Amino acid sequence: MKSLPLMNLSQLKIGESAVINSFTDKHMALKLLEMGCTPGEVVKLDRIAPMGDPIAITVSGYLLSLRKAEASTILVSLLAAKI
Amino acid sequence: MVGNPNSGKSTLFNALTGLNQKTGNFPGVTVDKKSGFLKIAGEGLDHTVNVEFVDLPGTYSLYPKSLDERVAFEVLCNPGNEDYPDVTIIVADASNLKRNLFLVSQIIDLKTPVILTLNMMDLVEKEGDIIDTVRLSEKLGVKTIAVSARSKGGVEALKQALLQPLPVPQYDFVDIKKLAPELIDDIAGIIKVNSDFAAFQIINNFSEIHYFDKEPGKKEKIAALLNAETIDTNKLQSQETVERYKVINRIAEECITHKSEVKTESFSHKLDSILTHHIWGYAIFLGILFLIFQTIFFLAAYPMKWIEMLFVSFSTLASHTLPHGELANLFVNGILAGLSGVVVFVPQIALLFTFIAILEDTGYMARVSFIMDKLMRRFGLNGRSVIPLMSGVACAIPAIMSTRTMSSWKERIITIMVTPLMSCSARLPVYTLLISLVVPADKTLGFFNYQGLILMCLYLIGFIAAMTAAFVMQQILKAREKSYFIMELPVYRSPQWRTVWLTIFDKVKSFLFDAGKIILAISVILWFLSSHAPSGTMEKIEKKYEDPAVTSKYSEGERNAKISSEKLEASYAGILGKSIEPVIAPLGFDWKIGIALVTSFAAREVFVGTMATIYSAGSSDNTQTIREKMHAEINPETGQPKFSIAVGFSLLIFYAFAMQCMSTMAVVYRETKHWKWPVIQFLFMGTLAYISSFIVYHLLK
Repeated sequence: MKSLPLMNLSQLKIGESAVINSFTDKHMALKLLEMGCTPGEVVKLDRIAPMGDPIAITVSGYLLSLRKAEASTILVSLLAAKI
Repeated sequence: MVGNPNSGKSTLFNALTGLNQKTGNFPGVTVDKKSGFLKIAGEGLDHTVNVEFVDLPGTYSLYPKSLDERVAFEVLCNPGNEDYPDVTIIVADASNLKRNLFLVSQIIDLKTPVILTLNMMDLVEKEGDIIDTVRLSEKLGVKTIAVSARSKGGVEALKQALLQPLPVPQYDFVDIKKLAPELIDDIAGIIKVNSDFAAFQIINNFSEIHYFDKEPGKKEKIAALLNAETIDTNKLQSQETVERYKVINRIAEECITHKSEVKTESFSHKLDSILTHHIWGYAIFLGILFLIFQTIFFLAAYPMKWIEMLFVSFSTLASHTLPHGELANLFVNGILAGLSGVVVFVPQIALLFTFIAILEDTGYMARVSFIMDKLMRRFGLNGRSVIPLMSGVACAIPAIMSTRTMSSWKERIITIMVTPLMSCSARLPVYTLLISLVVPADKTLGFFNYQGLILMCLYLIGFIAAMTAAFVMQQILKAREKSYFIMELPVYRSPQWRTVWLTIFDKVKSFLFDAGKIILAISVILWFLSSHAPSGTMEKIEKKYEDPAVTSKYSEGERNAKISSEKLEASYAGILGKSIEPVIAPLGFDWKIGIALVTSFAAREVFVGTMATIYSAGSSDNTQTIREKMHAEINPETGQPKFSIAVGFSLLIFYAFAMQCMSTMAVVYRETKHWKWPVIQFLFMGTLAYISSFIVYHLLK
């Protein structure tokens, strides 16, 4: 697996996985950290709500829903899709 | 007992204590405190031990964000709290261990004796993972017990563990002190703390902490200390979190064995594809709403009728057996009538919460919030506002109480403020009477009957008004904190009937006791106002009807009805009704409606009974007669029927919008802790009602 340049979590497509790198908003970061979104953790975009927002990601084994604006404060590096 | 939301904590609490529970309040806040009691017979002991369990609100961490979380925080961090535990039982969802261990690690650092219960081990096994509980217990340094709250497995082991002496955790899960060494020492110098982490919590959450309000000297000292330095609490807490997860990840790696890397698409995942689908998701939600409303309105009508009949026969019995006089009058027309007005809503509330409890317990409600969030956000609300708004259709009181889990102050206030605009079930009898008065029953629009259509429109208008009000308030109110929607979507599970039953039991109980008290008190006050008059007036009326010249014109029943009607007119309530007539005349209302508006403050459906008395229709359960009498009323100025379409619709709109419920206002006060909010609510809903009724009346006149 090869890591690609950093992007926002909100830019993932359904089914894509990425590794959390860092946060851009420190207030939001605390809430996300508490929910298990720690740097180094693998997340996968599972679902996008019908109106395009919020999104649902799998992180440390469970499904977490968050708004796109919140997801965009998480910087991730995309994992190359498994073949 | 403490744990993450959805960890099965309440199920375990129920399994331990059964019905032996009581609900109280945590000191200083309105969050319900559930305590349960259990006698444990120890193995090898010749006596039983009484244990009190306190079920703390679910929380992911000890950072106080929502009201619920603040309670958990205050109880666990403050040794002086009356609920400060002898033993902290942490309930963790084993299928989601890493995130659950975060709270565990914080509690370990608070240095109280801890028992960790690993719940949902069956789920872990089903997924093919293995958790080495012995090793986990060693690594964490706390007693660890695998339980299944659902099948009650492991519960006995937990009980026995409670009887053993438990050591206080001897080590620091993470070295908190290195994050802020001087400050922690300084805090410990001012106030007694059991651990570095407790001091650390005081540093970071000082403004949220109220437990040393009683020691103002110390509070000031800490405030001065914290003001003297610029502290980046966010950074401190982030560091703490990262440190904790570092240790947790290491422990998890050692204790959890994943059987296979590739997991098959789970049942939950497949179900989500349907339930959060852009068409099916909404269609199913609407279908469920429809089912709930059908049940609330049609199924609940039967038990409600039985309750009313029961109370009618009670009051008949009482008025026949009790000696005539003021006391009997108070008992029958004040207290019994008030009680009936409370109890009659129980079937609807019970049914509504059956649905909500099932939907929450299965994990579906989180999906509803998920698909509704974007829509609700446009109106200053949150996906989590859906439940209160839905509940508002039965009764605003439990609806407003269910906003406690919302962490954004602004969204919570807006939800509380607009929920009473949803047409609650107390409005239904008023709607039914008035619609039948002004809309012919036989008129249909194709498939639909006009009366039903208008009733539906009223519910829709309430909903639209609620959303519009929310939208306006969103522009006015300043947010105290950022709104967010970081929420777990739990795995779907079949509902736990025990949990469902206990939820219903709990909701009904709190409605009966919280709202019931107020409704009863208001009923007694209104009884006094409507049965008493300035001295001499009542006697005059009775005298008038003793005169044979007057009496001969009427039958006995008619005469009694006339007397009560005239008495009501002469009473304080009547005087009040007449005095507000100039204000309500532009809406097409006369003093008779004025009296009904006044008495509606106990509960809106009292309107029907008051109208029955004013129009001397005899008994109030005969809608037919009231309708005929009201229908026959002629407006002396126009010579047309008094209850014209204009008056009828004006009154309908008034009832849809006006804040005419003292109990709701009292609950709003209790939840917001400020008189400002119920007063604003009363004024804005009143103004909205007045202006809308005025427009409707003049358009239709």
